Amino acid sequence: MIGRLLKRLSIAEVLLALSVLVLVVVVAVPVFLIFWTALFVDGSMNIDDIVKILSEPDTYEALKNSIVIAAGVTVCSTILGVFFAWLVSRTDLPFKNTMKLLFLVPFMLPSFIGALAWKMLLSPYSGYINKFLMNTFDLADPPFDIFTLWGIIAVETMYLFPFVFIQVSGALERMDPTLEESARISGAGLLTITRRITLPLMLPSIGAGALLVALYSLAHFGVPAILGNEVGIYIIPTKIYEKLHQSAGSFTAIRTGTILASILVISAGLILWAQSAILKSGRFQVIAGKSMRPMLLKLRGLKYPLLLVSVIYLAVTVLLPTATIFLVGGLKTYGLELTMENMTLDNLKYILFEWQMTKDSIWNSFYLSLAAAFVTMLVGTLISYVIVKMKIRGKFILEFLGVLPFSVPGTVIALGVILTWSGKFGINIYNTAWIIFVAYIARYMAFSLKSNSAALEQVHDSLEEAARACGATHWQALKDIVIPLIKPGMVAAFFLIFLPALRELTTSVLLYGPTTRTIGVAIYTLNEDGETVYAATLASVALVIIVIGHFLIKRVTRTSNEGV
Amino acid sequence: MSYVHLKNVTKRFGDVVAVNNLTMEIEKGECFSMLGPSGCGKTTTLRMIAGFEDLDEGEIAVGERVFSSSAKRYYLPPEKRDFGMVFQAFAVWPHLNVFDNVAFPLQIRNLSRADIAERAKLALRHTGLDKYERSYPNELSSGQKQRIALARAIAINPTVMLLDEPLSNLDPKLREEMRFEIKDLQRKFGFTIIFVTHDQSEAMALSDRILVMRDGVVQQVDSPINIYTKPANRFIFSFIGLSNFLPVVFRNGSAFIEGAEDAGPIAGTIPADRGNDRMLLACRPSEIDLQKDGGVRALVKRKVYLGDIIDYRVMVGDTEVRVQKSRRSPSFSEGESCCLRFSQMHWYPHEDS
Amino acid sequence: MADIRLLNVTKSYGKHRVVEGFTIEIRDGECFTFLGPSGCGKTVVLRMIAGFEQPDEGEIFIGERLVSAPARRHYIPPEERRIGVVFQDYAVWPHKTVLENVIYPLTIQKVAKEEASERALKTIAMVNLGGLEHRMPFQLSGGQQQRVALARALVSRPDVMLLDEPLSNLDANLREEMRFEIKELQKNTGVTILYVTHDQEVALAISDRVAVMGTDGRICQIGTPDEIYEQPIDPFVFRFMGVSNFLPLEEREGRLFVRESAAALDHPIPAGREEAVRKGRLVAGCRPFDIKLMPPGRGTQGVVQRSSYLGPIIDYAVTVGGTELRVQQSIAEALAGGGPLPEGSTVGLHFPDLKWFEQEGELTQAGGAA
Repeated sequence: MIGRLLKRLSIAEVLLALSVLVLVVVVAVPVFLIFWTALFVDGSMNIDDIVKILSEPDTYEALKNSIVIAAGVTVCSTILGVFFAWLVSRTDLPFKNTMKLLFLVPFMLPSFIGALAWKMLLSPYSGYINKFLMNTFDLADPPFDIFTLWGIIAVETMYLFPFVFIQVSGALERMDPTLEESARISGAGLLTITRRITLPLMLPSIGAGALLVALYSLAHFGVPAILGNEVGIYIIPTKIYEKLHQSAGSFTAIRTGTILASILVISAGLILWAQSAILKSGRFQVIAGKSMRPMLLKLRGLKYPLLLVSVIYLAVTVLLPTATIFLVGGLKTYGLELTMENMTLDNLKYILFEWQMTKDSIWNSFYLSLAAAFVTMLVGTLISYVIVKMKIRGKFILEFLGVLPFSVPGTVIALGVILTWSGKFGINIYNTAWIIFVAYIARYMAFSLKSNSAALEQVHDSLEEAARACGATHWQALKDIVIPLIKPGMVAAFFLIFLPALRELTTSVLLYGPTTRTIGVAIYTLNEDGETVYAATLASVALVIIVIGHFLIKRVTRTSNEGV
Repeated sequence: MSYVHLKNVTKRFGDVVAVNNLTMEIEKGECFSMLGPSGCGKTTTLRMIAGFEDLDEGEIAVGERVFSSSAKRYYLPPEKRDFGMVFQAFAVWPHLNVFDNVAFPLQIRNLSRADIAERAKLALRHTGLDKYERSYPNELSSGQKQRIALARAIAINPTVMLLDEPLSNLDPKLREEMRFEIKDLQRKFGFTIIFVTHDQSEAMALSDRILVMRDGVVQQVDSPINIYTKPANRFIFSFIGLSNFLPVVFRNGSAFIEGAEDAGPIAGTIPADRGNDRMLLACRPSEIDLQKDGGVRALVKRKVYLGDIIDYRVMVGDTEVRVQKSRRSPSFSEGESCCLRFSQMHWYPHEDS
Repeated sequence: MADIRLLNVTKSYGKHRVVEGFTIEIRDGECFTFLGPSGCGKTVVLRMIAGFEQPDEGEIFIGERLVSAPARRHYIPPEERRIGVVFQDYAVWPHKTVLENVIYPLTIQKVAKEEASERALKTIAMVNLGGLEHRMPFQLSGGQQQRVALARALVSRPDVMLLDEPLSNLDANLREEMRFEIKELQKNTGVTILYVTHDQEVALAISDRVAVMGTDGRICQIGTPDEIYEQPIDPFVFRFMGVSNFLPLEEREGRLFVRESAAALDHPIPAGREEAVRKGRLVAGCRPFDIKLMPPGRGTQGVVQRSSYLGPIIDYAVTVGGTELRVQQSIAEALAGGGPLPEGSTVGLHFPDLKWFEQEGELTQAGGAA
């Protein structure tokens, strides 16, 4: 019955219509409503109000802090990322390949859990490191204070620099080594080559990585919320959160939120535009034809000291916070010394089996991520197929809509779905898990589109055409040829969504209701309520789940790649 | 008097011997090619000369000066060798314009601005790039990119020019054009060329001498015409052009194609040393005459029209022989019988494969 | 088996008109080649016959069946056209074994399992892949992958086979071998083949008839390989079929001279070309091998500018009255005449086979094979 209906309609038209519909409902309407609410009051444009709201001291402060933090994090991450990338791909550092993998580990650690750990270590009077130093050196005042702009910048940098690292080390590996060799044969030494050839050629990759960091930092909720809210340091996402929570959804609060959100969307759009402009100019195409080993700088005496620096860096930024979370999570009461006799497993038992709130949160995160990953993966496949493969009029609408998910930060999506799904269009799912589900689809659509279109671009048109010439209908060709070939891309998309969704905080923190906390929200609210130990216990559970998830993704993607 | 000397050079990558005890002498001003299939060690040899690879054994010297020596563990770094080098993938720097690309080696040598400008412009003029000084490489065609690489290499007026498959990324027409330009530049500047290629016609057209290499071992060093007309072994014969290898047996002082003794004896001079009374006759498709009678009897199986040339596949017993004749010579049709005469014959031992 | 007819087919992409009023008939059982430079529209025509593209105007028939007629909104999708298609990039499905690839068209047609696998195995053997049935495509070389594609296209016994530059991703040796095999397959199966290529050597070797297409999507000449090569209709076709020389000519005192020079041609003015000579529009074309080199003093006088040794042949650039000609000589011929001519030496030239053209626009000299 459906088959016959589909046969009559052109398959192309059906797919295009479906794709446009999904993107409009899930992404375009929410974003549009944000701009609409920000600009219009009672149906007429009201600019004065916008200026007034933006010049209020607390919104103005938030804007300023956002810029300072984003700029600081971007600069620091770029320096760290470029340095480490250069170290592992252009020097004879020992254990390079292991180090290359280890530098990606900070990605696995959710930054808000990192922030939580650093708060335990470096908060002025109760932080373990501060206490230790004050006791040991008999200091009157704590040497460190994590509740500052610098603290936030430092913690974000620790967990965001891999964006730059990945881009730059990837580009260094793909770069045609003869570009450097020809400089050498021209008479230039290694330092001159690095300065005049390698670094300039790496600029677009460095820029791309730096812009990603800026984008992420600008829209990021967790770290500034944990380290800033207590001392009144707000940035745009945390300000939006505060406004909505204080006023319980009053119109002025929502309007302030939408204005700030609009600024976020516009900045994100500008950043993405700048990025694509850099990458488009062919002046930097350096991809190698045949691969050869690049020249390596001999570090000589610096070899082991630099290895030590890298190892210590990783130990401090990854091991130390992780250990802290696990140890504090096992404490009988917060503030006790981290010794064996102060440890207990009761916390774990309590949050896993007894406390309804934490039990719910784990379960919520789990099925929400699973459902969102599955649906977003499928829809993303459909949309990517239309964008990449089909020749059909009206495709440009879809291409335009397809870019949107990339430029909409999590906070904005949360606000947008609140505006859309709180009864305005007859559907009210506010305070239910459904609203988080819808928001996740919007938030992670970009991941799915990216992974699926990459996979589809690998499938040359002629593979599908060959099937048609063999007598297969369009549907048969899709089923027998295209879908099996992009399966690895679809699996990758699934995990690319599932894992981050599992630890999501930025979006769900604006959307949760009494029974719909996610793990991220639960950890955050526990911390806010002063339940530091339980926050740490739940965070350790989250870390274990994440590590297992990453392990699984490796296994699954490896086996599904072997098939093709 | 030779200028570039390689003495007993050996290079290993793990268990693989990339270059095996290679000794060669290259004259000043000569165009010397290293020819061989991919993986034969020719590029590794060039990279050792350039200084990008260390030696496991042996020594490389230019003029009186030792550049690389495994015994002394001495390696002059590539940037101090004052060579010009052109790579297969162009290796022009995309962030610098044409002029800056060519001026780079001069700037490194701390010449005065006026000097740099003068010499870079000279190099650009000789490569026909004077109009493109301010262009960026991505605005230019692949032929022009390779010209930038050439200009950059000649800017410092090197005595030795290393060319690593510089033509293989170009389309056939451009390849021919660039071949002539390289030759012209050599005439003007008088540098010594060491040229690496897997394309035998390129090597023949450009070189004074060719070194044929296989699995890291030198097979023959000779002039192009001798390489073609007197290949030292079966590998060179087949590598250098289209070839037939026919198993031959000797009976009563005559040579017959194996399994087709009733087709008649092969006319012409038969080698005195006949191994085991079995040998391989090597001949080029263009060096076989097709006649109505007189010669080894055969049957035309396939005839393919290729324009100037007609390509025949001819059966002598069960052995297929490829024959190529000009379209002006007498034509045979499929299924017709004919006779073969071999105008050029090369003999190789039967076991040699 | 079937013939293919295109009647007044027109196709545009945006403002760019690819083909206009394209009419051609490909006979049942022949091997027909579209030969033309890239961008001449030959692939688009093939894709319209396959049904991957729809013409804007005109009609396409495969056998008696009308497959495309936009005026009547009539369009048969590719899967119902009973065609086999082989693509330049092989398009072998990487997730299926050789056998699975080849059997696929039969599975779609719901051929009984046993018969299907029997036919598939037979076809695989026919393209010389016997024994490799259970390999995955990544375990095969480029030439073997193209054989899989051929078998897959042949297995359902299509009416026509469409081959889109199937050999251009292969290296020279393999290309020659496959060219030969495609020809054998056609001889054995009798299928109608439409072959699209920019390589004149393949076109000459494989085709019963060739259509040479110009850059504007128009057919310049249709004929057997021999006709196209020996009687090119215009300089474009002549140049496209191989390395070519053009001599601009003029008449002085009843004799032919290379224009604006003292170089005389020992050739009478060809019949019917008197008018063109008088107007200074006569051009003679010749191939590098169709110029005989003689001692100076005889024939037309030229100077050797360059000589390159290319193994079996010697390639000269010789200037004749300001025009540079490419001349080629086999090594045997050169050695018989006392070795290759040195650069700078004077030489006599004889032209036994000149093609006559009347010049309209400017002709570029010594254009190589495209």
